[in-house]
Amino acid sequence: MRSLFVAIRMTLVLTVLTGIIYPLAIAGAARLLFPWQSAGSLVMRGGRVAGSELIGQNFSAARYFHGRPSAAGDKGYDATSSSGSNLGPTNKVLIDTVRRRLRAVLETDPGSSPSRVPIDLVTASGSGLDPEISPAAAEMQVARVASARGLRQDVVERLVRENTRGRWLGVIGEPGVNVLMLNLALDDLAARN
Amino acid sequence: MLWNAIFQVGIFFALVTLLSVPVGLYMSRVFSGQKTFLDPVLCPIERAIYRLCGIRPATEMAWSEYAIAMLLFSAAGMLLLYGMERLQGVLPFNPQGLAGIAPDLAFNTAASFTTNTNWQAYAGETTVSYLTQMAGLAFHNFVSAAAGIAVAVAVIRGFVRRSARTIGNFWFDLVRATLWVLLPLCIVFALVLVWQGVPQNFDPYVHARTLEGAEQIIPQGPIASQEIIKELGTNGGGFFNANSAHPYENPTPLTNLIEMIAIFVISAGLTHTFGAMAGDRRQGWALFAAMTLLFVAGAGVSIWAEQRGNPQFSAMGLNQHATASQSGGNMEGKEVRFGIVDTALFATVTTDASCGAVNGMHDSFTPLGGFVPLLNMQIGEIIFGGVGSGLYGMLVMAVLAVFVAGLMVGRTPEYLGKKIEAREMKLAMFYVLIFPAVILLGAMAAVCVKAGLAGISNPGPHGFSQIFYAYTSAAANNGSALAGLSANSVFYNYTLAFAMLFGRFMMKIPALALAGSLGAKKSIPPSAGTFPTNGAVFVALLVGVILIVAALTFFPADALGPIVEHLALYSGKLY
Repeated sequence: MRSLFVAIRMTLVLTVLTGIIYPLAIAGAARLLFPWQSAGSLVMRGGRVAGSELIGQNFSAARYFHGRPSAAGDKGYDATSSSGSNLGPTNKVLIDTVRRRLRAVLETDPGSSPSRVPIDLVTASGSGLDPEISPAAAEMQVARVASARGLRQDVVERLVRENTRGRWLGVIGEPGVNVLMLNLALDDLAARN
Repeated sequence: MLWNAIFQVGIFFALVTLLSVPVGLYMSRVFSGQKTFLDPVLCPIERAIYRLCGIRPATEMAWSEYAIAMLLFSAAGMLLLYGMERLQGVLPFNPQGLAGIAPDLAFNTAASFTTNTNWQAYAGETTVSYLTQMAGLAFHNFVSAAAGIAVAVAVIRGFVRRSARTIGNFWFDLVRATLWVLLPLCIVFALVLVWQGVPQNFDPYVHARTLEGAEQIIPQGPIASQEIIKELGTNGGGFFNANSAHPYENPTPLTNLIEMIAIFVISAGLTHTFGAMAGDRRQGWALFAAMTLLFVAGAGVSIWAEQRGNPQFSAMGLNQHATASQSGGNMEGKEVRFGIVDTALFATVTTDASCGAVNGMHDSFTPLGGFVPLLNMQIGEIIFGGVGSGLYGMLVMAVLAVFVAGLMVGRTPEYLGKKIEAREMKLAMFYVLIFPAVILLGAMAAVCVKAGLAGISNPGPHGFSQIFYAYTSAAANNGSALAGLSANSVFYNYTLAFAMLFGRFMMKIPALALAGSLGAKKSIPPSAGTFPTNGAVFVALLVGVILIVAALTFFPADALGPIVEHLALYSGKLY
């Protein structure tokens, strides 16, 4: 019986310590040390939030680089319902979906062959919010974006390079291109000219 | 590609090995009450906690008292969480105004977090208030891990003490595991995660206007503080539905590396704690070596299978070979920043340990790539394993291994100078058998009833895998899922909750009983006929016993799931 009261008191004490004091202390320290990151890495344009550097968005216009297919929400990139497709490797729906995406990519960016389409451009990401595409996936969209914006290809290629993140220390992870930041850079360039 | 994989796995595992030694030796000091560099800060807090709770930390407990204290504490925490979930609608820290959680889901979630499983039949961003996330769920992430470490330390004491009636004080071990081990590591690494981009705030969800003019609602919250304990405590319950695949939980390759190390470091360290407390460091290294062999094999197969990709994609003309500018392989359900290697490695690590966090969707893995996580769990979460549970699980397998060796030469088996006799073998076998019983009976029931079959989202053999994986994950206290399974139903919520509770407590109790029984024995000095348990022969035998036990119990069911699916995929059969 005594043990029961000890257990209840211990539960309450550790709830306060690990469940209230600890996260509040981290939040305080985080706001002090890393105010921008702790608030969600939000990107502002024209006085309002245009998105988060870490959260992907839907892009379908020709003048924008397109991100990966997304299974988050009905329309994709719904940040309130992060999710992968969870389609299994032998599921007909998966195979048909990838085939359809491949056709669509080849229509949007003509002049390529299926073997040159990077796999990340036709498969849904794990979170449905992947902010990045592979450098190869950006590369194959350069010609389309440049012509839709009336820019020289090397100008667009330079922006792609500037928004490419390499492996950490050259070894860890895979390189990626942040689609939102790249498209913002393109819009900023257009606004300047 | 091959070098990329070898470098990444090599760097990760070298760091785990390097860090595990100081962490393990530090823990052995913490739990024997020796001085540590954190004492000036933590001792006053520790004393205050003992005073508030009315605890005499020096009073030692017999194994049964220890087990009762652990059970009462778990029950109290489970009830508190259940209440908090049901009432979150009227409690503070709920800027989104989320309503109370339904009884079956609240029960499942309470069982899930109390048992260190963190199976999640809900999506965090639309179901759980900030208060429930931190005071309910993150609290359990700490204490279920601390309770696991406590039991492991108690079991170690049972193995190394001689003619002793007691195995330590549960409250002392629990408080020390929380204050000295988990909290300091969490505070440091939570801030590193924030630096890399993991949010930590109490803001309402952000409304953004996207470049193409749509509205995007971006959830916020105290994510970093919860993210790091989720890995360090091998809990695995994500703040968001997409778990560590979500860019807010795991934004960069560096955070991914830190999170993987956090999953392994305490469990790997405990092998050295064991060696240090046993007075023979090589005893710990032997367990470490057996775990390493199994880890490397799993990581190798998983990375190879995922990089090989889906033959159906190749049939469309897609090229799945890795190049310098893209990862290739089976990228369905994976993130660009992790690619194939870091996702397959994470899947191996999270199921070797009983973590269950995922940075890619296991449901979309190739059949063989997805077989590795399933097999890792079936081996019993002892490849480093859950914090605490991995070590005592491995010690039970070590007892089984010396028993098999004893049978071969016709001698009474010994481990650390303790005779392994009928009572110990009965407890070890109970521990070994309860696990497949829960999994196989649960999965069998689910495939026999409509309510079970209704959850399947991928037809064909993959559908069976989804159900089989769910009960394996629950009983193993892992918590990862083939997440297409619609598990938020009354049937799954209750059956999986009981699988988790059985898988936790019906294994912890025999482990403690085994410790009590061994601790009471005299120690016999080693002789020429003693089988040494700190050398390569023992490691090989241990790995062999582990694999044979898992294969004998699970192979028939595995053949119906991932194995037949692999054959179907390569013969072009779709469902």
